[in-house]
Amino acid sequence: MTWTRLSNVLLPATVVFVSVVTLLLLAGTNPWDPLRVIVEGSIGWPPFEEGSARKVGDTFMLWVPIALASAGLIVTFNAGMWNIGIEGQIIMGAIAAAWVAREVSAPRPLLVFLTILAGAVGGMLWGLLVGLLRTAGGVNEIFGGLGLDFVALSLTTYLIIGPWARSGVASTSGTDPFPDEALLPSLANSKLSLLAVGITVLALVGVWILFRGTLYGLRLKAVGRNRPSSFLLGIPTNRYLLGAFMICGALAGIAGTSQATGFHFKLIPAISGGFGFLAILVVLLARFRPIWVVPISFFFAMVAVGSPGLSLRLDLHGSLGGVLQGVLVLSAMLGLGWAAYLARRRLIAGGTSST
Amino acid sequence: MSLELRDIHKHFGPVRANDGISITVESGTLHGLLGENGAGKSTLMKVLSGFHSADSGEIVLDGKQVKLASPDDAIAAGIGMLHQDPLVFLPFSVIDNFVLGSPGAQRLDRRGAAAELSKLCERYGFTFDPHTPARLLTVGERQQLEIIRLLWLGARVLILDEPTTGISADQRAKLFVTLKALADEGMSVIFVSHKLEEVEALCQRVTVMTRGKVVGEVELPVPPEQLVEMMFGQMVEIQDRTEVALGRSHLALDSMRMASGLLSEDPISLDVKSGEVIGVAGMEGSGQDTFLRICCGMRTPAEGTVAIAGEDLTGQHYHEFLNADVKYLPAGRLEEGLIEGLTITEHFVLAGEDSNFFIDWGAARTRAEEQVDHYTIKGTEASTAESLSGGNQQRVLLAMLPPELTVLLMEHPTRGLDIESADWVWEQLLGRREGGTSIVFASADLDELLRYSDRILVFFSGRIIGELDAADTNVDEIGLLIGGRTSGGGA
Repeated sequence: MTWTRLSNVLLPATVVFVSVVTLLLLAGTNPWDPLRVIVEGSIGWPPFEEGSARKVGDTFMLWVPIALASAGLIVTFNAGMWNIGIEGQIIMGAIAAAWVAREVSAPRPLLVFLTILAGAVGGMLWGLLVGLLRTAGGVNEIFGGLGLDFVALSLTTYLIIGPWARSGVASTSGTDPFPDEALLPSLANSKLSLLAVGITVLALVGVWILFRGTLYGLRLKAVGRNRPSSFLLGIPTNRYLLGAFMICGALAGIAGTSQATGFHFKLIPAISGGFGFLAILVVLLARFRPIWVVPISFFFAMVAVGSPGLSLRLDLHGSLGGVLQGVLVLSAMLGLGWAAYLARRRLIAGGTSST
Repeated sequence: MSLELRDIHKHFGPVRANDGISITVESGTLHGLLGENGAGKSTLMKVLSGFHSADSGEIVLDGKQVKLASPDDAIAAGIGMLHQDPLVFLPFSVIDNFVLGSPGAQRLDRRGAAAELSKLCERYGFTFDPHTPARLLTVGERQQLEIIRLLWLGARVLILDEPTTGISADQRAKLFVTLKALADEGMSVIFVSHKLEEVEALCQRVTVMTRGKVVGEVELPVPPEQLVEMMFGQMVEIQDRTEVALGRSHLALDSMRMASGLLSEDPISLDVKSGEVIGVAGMEGSGQDTFLRICCGMRTPAEGTVAIAGEDLTGQHYHEFLNADVKYLPAGRLEEGLIEGLTITEHFVLAGEDSNFFIDWGAARTRAEEQVDHYTIKGTEASTAESLSGGNQQRVLLAMLPPELTVLLMEHPTRGLDIESADWVWEQLLGRREGGTSIVFASADLDELLRYSDRILVFFSGRIIGELDAADTNVDEIGLLIGGRTSGGGA
């Protein structure tokens, strides 16, 4: 048992270490420098040194959407669904928040609340659509979600060069900036919004409680693991699937709000930043556990903020950050897969020897 | 080619699918392999055709021991297997299917193959247009194609696994003629079936298997009653059981038809009273499954009505049936019953009446521990469903049933259980019955059906061909009905 547990950690870690070091050596650098550059570029070196408020803020504000989307995906994964449509749900959240920010005038606290609410509702409805396609239309959630991702993406582009085009110039660089009253309140000299971070922590804790201590969460898990058995037990399986998509969509929508009113301050094309897809990897690496989402998504946020520094400081191409991310995830999955395979083999070997 | 299987063992986890099987098939014979579903016939044939490798035992061909690690090895050794569903690629043409499995050649020689095909067709009286897409062939024709393909590949032992399922009487007659001709040419043919009359009509010898073991081998013909006895065992003395006064109607079917378009199906009318036990007999896939699913509302009948405790629930959602205290426990305990990965405690929480938003895990664990104790489940409240043995899974499923039940529908309540667990299960079920629950159960175990049922419905190819009073029938009568022989008596 202890050996199994140890190999579950050691094996993936070794695989990751070996492949990342190999990659960096192939790229013509020692493994240490790029890591330092990324850390320095994202949270400063030594960490959180004076004057690093801006980049720390950026890192946190990228952590927010990745972690929020991950929290949502834990719900859909537990319900047995691959919510590839999460990108679209983030985008629709951003669009809904942008609409409120542009069209509604209210005192700041109320307006901020409304943008968050709108984002949640926008993402939730887009998620519900994926769920309905699946339960009522028989469309696999992967294909339905992917299709709706494209629809949402095109809709942003249309809004940006169409009805919401910047005054004077039609440009794909984005809409006019939102009025200040609509922006998430942030600390001085930084984008860091304690409100956004707080909501993210609440979401992660909420998801943890959902699957830890509630009947709703247990039923969702049952539906995800075995739909026929759950149905026979009297659980309305379709309603639970829709519920999972709505919860995930709402959290993704808030991630979209944060991207729009807390990071870019306007609606831009591809505002989701690919964080929805990234969150799928985060959740798989975190083994569906909210607590592990926190550091893993923070690490990805650091890579995203810090890797442009690679080209400036080390004469490496900035895209190395992306390659690094990919290799990291792949090698971690590979390591986890091997560990699971070995554990299963041991289980089978143990099983036959005992009978 | 003569064939000998010596002491073949094949286990799947704790299940002994083949437990020391020895069979000898002389060359030029048609050898029947008879047994109910789950007897281990298919496993044995898969071992023989290289699909599975045996845990231990020997396969001897013409006096030489062979090792078959894959179907490829088997066909190279001259063993050809015709699967229950012929392995035909439907989008491909006849000729492409014919050449697909041919070994070695990188270059496709369709013309040469077509010549071989027509030669073989002529010899066995088949007609194929090589360019017809295989999807246009009937199941019988696909079999014919598969047979001549195996012959072309050099098969000298031919295994047929339930080959008459889904083919017409004409095609069956033709198949039998072909098989006899092949045997006359010196081919060894193994004919796997659960249909008595076919084995009787075709084979010279028959081996009967039950529960992974050979229980007998005889030279045919013998009286069919003897085969039934070998398949299902001696009739056991039926003990007296407590009489339960039958009460009001709990499950009523009125001129119900299961499927539209089945002309041979008579509408079913049935009234099950409280405290009554109905046994459902028949070979697997004869319609019992559909019947039970209609009774619990998971399927809607094509015609007629289903009423629970006097209330017409036809066409209502399964969960309405559940609210009317109808419960269905299908055969697949881990597929349709328990949830892999969840603990016993979690199962009881899911099945429980308590619908508070937050789960009180402390109380839930205590309750689960009590249940584990009370139902003598070997495991703890933290054991996951899949870690339990079949008998203990069944115990958990029974423990999860609500206290009040109008109708309990079960498939194979004791399949795969040891005698102790099986007795325990029936103790529970009979206790329910005394409480007024109506029980409808499907089983392949004739003893079980006779011992516990009040009435027995026998299914054959999608319809009920007999309704028997359990008190005045016997294993022979049911066995013959299950094999589709209505002439032997019965309704």
